[in-house]
Amino acid sequence: MNEPVISVANLSYRYGTFTAVDAISFQVQKGEIFAFLGPNGAGKSTVINVLITLLALQEGSVIVAGHDLQRDPAGVREAIGIVFQEITLDRDMTAWEILEFHGRLYALPKEERRKRIDELLALVELEGKRDAYVKELSGGMKRRLEIARGLMTRPKVLFLDEPTLGLDPQTRIRMWEYLRDVNREGTTIFLTTHYMDEADQLSNRISIIDHGRIIATGKPWELKNALGEDIIYLETADNDAAMQILDGDERVRSVRRTKRGLLAMVHGDGTQLLPALLDGIHDAGLKVTAVNLKKPSMDDVFVHFTGRELREEGPARHMVRRR
Amino acid sequence: MNTGFLTIYWRDMLRFVRFKTLLVSSLIQPALWMAFFGVAMSSSFDRLGAGIPPVPGVESVGYLTFMGAGVIAMTTLFTSLFGGIVLLFDKNWGLMREILASPLPRHHIIIGIGLSGMTKSFIQAIIIMIFGLLIGVEFFRNAGPLDIAVSVLGILLFVGIFSLGFLFLSATISISMESPEGLQGIITLMTMPIFFASNALYPTDAFPQIMRDLSAVNPLTHLITGIRYFAIGSDFTAIGIHVTSTPDDVVRSLLMLVVFAAGMFSIAWWRFSRAVVT
Repeated sequence: MNEPVISVANLSYRYGTFTAVDAISFQVQKGEIFAFLGPNGAGKSTVINVLITLLALQEGSVIVAGHDLQRDPAGVREAIGIVFQEITLDRDMTAWEILEFHGRLYALPKEERRKRIDELLALVELEGKRDAYVKELSGGMKRRLEIARGLMTRPKVLFLDEPTLGLDPQTRIRMWEYLRDVNREGTTIFLTTHYMDEADQLSNRISIIDHGRIIATGKPWELKNALGEDIIYLETADNDAAMQILDGDERVRSVRRTKRGLLAMVHGDGTQLLPALLDGIHDAGLKVTAVNLKKPSMDDVFVHFTGRELREEGPARHMVRRR
Repeated sequence: MNTGFLTIYWRDMLRFVRFKTLLVSSLIQPALWMAFFGVAMSSSFDRLGAGIPPVPGVESVGYLTFMGAGVIAMTTLFTSLFGGIVLLFDKNWGLMREILASPLPRHHIIIGIGLSGMTKSFIQAIIIMIFGLLIGVEFFRNAGPLDIAVSVLGILLFVGIFSLGFLFLSATISISMESPEGLQGIITLMTMPIFFASNALYPTDAFPQIMRDLSAVNPLTHLITGIRYFAIGSDFTAIGIHVTSTPDDVVRSLLMLVVFAAGMFSIAWWRFSRAVVT
């Protein structure tokens, strides 16, 4: 079952003295959708650029689709498909020409090329735009055309760098559907994103990356569970005192300050725990002014794992494993 | 054989015929040079040269014919120097990433751009020759159809190798630059000495020594030497100056161009192998 398509060990990348990627290791299994989630400047694009051979491998070892990046970059190139962060389409070429050009770049035989173009234009629902110039296509259509292009060579892995950047919400959801279809047909997908919902909804596994390091890796629900089952938000007359009370309560997994209140991550069902916790605060003579109860979101996960004030030892760096 | 460069060639030619304004203007521009500059200059120069007694037994050609070769050369120079600019746009608009991340060996990009630029120069050279003949340029005088065919092929050989050299140079500059404005500045700066320190518009015999040395290593001079040899002949006078060239001179000029093109290709190869585009 475990069959890594991408295997990265101790990958580092430096721009001069600045370390953009700091000794990261991860594996992407065959058939999964794997996401790198992190803020802008976290090192996501650098990792992807190294993996797709646009940046030279400086340190570490990378194996993509069975090819060693250091020894056989050409093998890696032939085995992968890429959708770049910005639109990389010639405005003055037609959709068909874009795909034809790509097929020729990868030396696909003519017959296969033509057949593949028809299939892919159908897959991304652009048959009607076959002879339309790129400049006449909408943002979503361009993105779909790029996905089609990335799939021209039937890659073992499709790399996508921020695939839905700048798209409207509806188009994004459609794009996810296309990517799920592509994945169902057997293509492993590696994507980077700084959208929490994208990582959450689309991917099977996520690595949270910040300052060039992987801070946590896991399935979306595993990452969320790492925070506790529910999150309770409280505003009280004296947040410091309330924090002490909550901190001492064994049902509370951890408490964190926010600008105006407290976030308590709790073990167990929050709907049951909330009244009891409120009673405790009330008994201490503190007035509660606002309450909210929610399930952890990817945002909470992100803040949890990247938050500076999280623990004394600073940003936690651990793997979340299924147990 | 890996024919990946044909992919680059195909796309560049697609763009060439697609941008109608660019296409038409690039074809009309050399004709305008001939029509205005050529006619104006030849009417002045021919009057100046009229008082000089002709060299006995040597054919005399008008200035328009003399500079016709220069206009072909100049057009080839300009077209080729700007021929690599598409690579700069591709780089800035991210399109280059698709190509660089593909299995296509990088020198195929240079070859593809070189060949498409050369094709454009061929088309322009032929148009100038036809247009020139129409307005009175006396190319291929007293030559039979076979001689003309050989001469045209000879001219295209010179034009082709020359254009490749400057296209490789242009590709090198383009992949190294960040902005089209900077590229334009550099190229404009280069064309001036190349064009004027050559025999395009006037013979170089009367130049000061330093200009003569410059023109002797100037690829444009060698291109024009070749064109004149095939288009006009090996022994003629123009504006009162006796121009002769032996087959040895022509072969030497051709070799100079080959060396130039090969040198430019090596530099481009080196530059492209190091180019990082993300």
